[in-house]
Amino acid sequence: MKKTITVPYDEETVKQLCSGDYVYLTGTIYTARDAAHKRMYEALEQGKELPFDIKNNVIYYMGPSPARKGRPIGSAGPTTASRMDKYTPALLDLGLKGMIGKGKRTEEVRHAIVQNGAVYFAAVGGAGALLSKSIVSSEIIAYDDLGTEAIRKLQVKNFPVIVVIDSKGNNLYEIAIKEYMEDGSA
Amino acid sequence: MKTIHVKEIIENVKEMCIEANHYLTDDMKQALKQSEKKEKSPLGKQILAQLEDNLKIAAEDMIPTCQDTGMAVIFIEIGQEVYIEGGILTDAVNEGVRQGYVEGYLRKSVVKDPIFRENTNDNTPAVIHYDIVAGDQIKIVLAPKGFGSENMSRIFMLKPADGIEGVKNAILTAVKDAGPNACPPMVVGVGIGGTFEKCALLAKKALTRSVNEYSPISYISELEEELLKKINQLGIGPGGLGGSTTALAVNINTYPTHIAGLPVAVNICCHVNRHCVRVL
Repeated sequence: MKKTITVPYDEETVKQLCSGDYVYLTGTIYTARDAAHKRMYEALEQGKELPFDIKNNVIYYMGPSPARKGRPIGSAGPTTASRMDKYTPALLDLGLKGMIGKGKRTEEVRHAIVQNGAVYFAAVGGAGALLSKSIVSSEIIAYDDLGTEAIRKLQVKNFPVIVVIDSKGNNLYEIAIKEYMEDGSA
Repeated sequence: MKTIHVKEIIENVKEMCIEANHYLTDDMKQALKQSEKKEKSPLGKQILAQLEDNLKIAAEDMIPTCQDTGMAVIFIEIGQEVYIEGGILTDAVNEGVRQGYVEGYLRKSVVKDPIFRENTNDNTPAVIHYDIVAGDQIKIVLAPKGFGSENMSRIFMLKPADGIEGVKNAILTAVKDAGPNACPPMVVGVGIGGTFEKCALLAKKALTRSVNEYSPISYISELEEELLKKINQLGIGPGGLGGSTTALAVNINTYPTHIAGLPVAVNICCHVNRHCVRVL
């Protein structure tokens, strides 16, 4: 089913999103990948604040290529989410409501998604040029020294994603593979 | 004896970095187009169409096909009648990579130390493999390698008794485990034989072969065909979201090996299987 939602969003929106839904996101999202997650996690361990209010927000696992002159961003597709798994439950406990990436998540992450009422979306991996067209603006808001891995605040318009893990814990990767698996391949 | 100045190497490597990251080879483009026609899943079809749009946008607007513009892997065949003038060849190749990534608006994805992880800010050093060959030319194959799929690559040190069934099993296991993480549809590069590092190199090099070209060894070309069919029955599909297009090709290279061993390396590449070739 195709849906359009605005970000940030609350628990009510989360409940309407189901595994397999094709969703267009409009609003504000934040980028963070490996190094930024490590830093945010260490900040929390030291009792410090995160560089942005994570409540009801969505994190996009993405490190862009540099923008050419006059453009908001370069190529901007998702990176593999599983590298962020170690840090994710702590962020979900703080009210993170969505993540955009690609690839499998651990059982711990799936559990934390259900417990906290959140969603894991996939964007199409390797479609960075296409996806960049849905990003209206980009601004580095923290960890500038990390270069491509800095935290960026993005304004997106009709950014296309697919619900992989919904708030009930359904996982599209598991469901869809079974549907198309042919006999003798297992 | 032919003399080649390092300036020529730098300029060519620089251009190749930019070219490879914005345009895929024709065989890859055709393979994507054909797979879209055959794909059984409606969502899979839609994703494949998006990947084709992505290639068009990348080329027309000069936006890298994928934001992970990779670590530059470079195969160089040097004719032994070539004299390199003006500097060290390895330095020239790295200078070309530096200029290509900085001037070409490509992402700098290389860290200086695997543990301390400070970015080198110019995507150097490259990973360079040299071969000395006959003649008076230099052939450069440049293949920027993204790490979503690189991380899902595997080496299996099989026993000779495992035989061809063991090899098939190893390849299918690697692809199944990679699943959505490797950005399918993928190209599967396989090395069989040699030593631990040789089979990995064979697998990497296999990724630079056209997806339309089979191995010249008949039982290996049959194996390539059989495995491609089996991989596409796994159900993983485009983006790992289900479907009949999980791989576009299986390319296998072999090499003699030891009486005690059967090494198998599986180097997985996503659909952004980039490479370009120049001969100087």
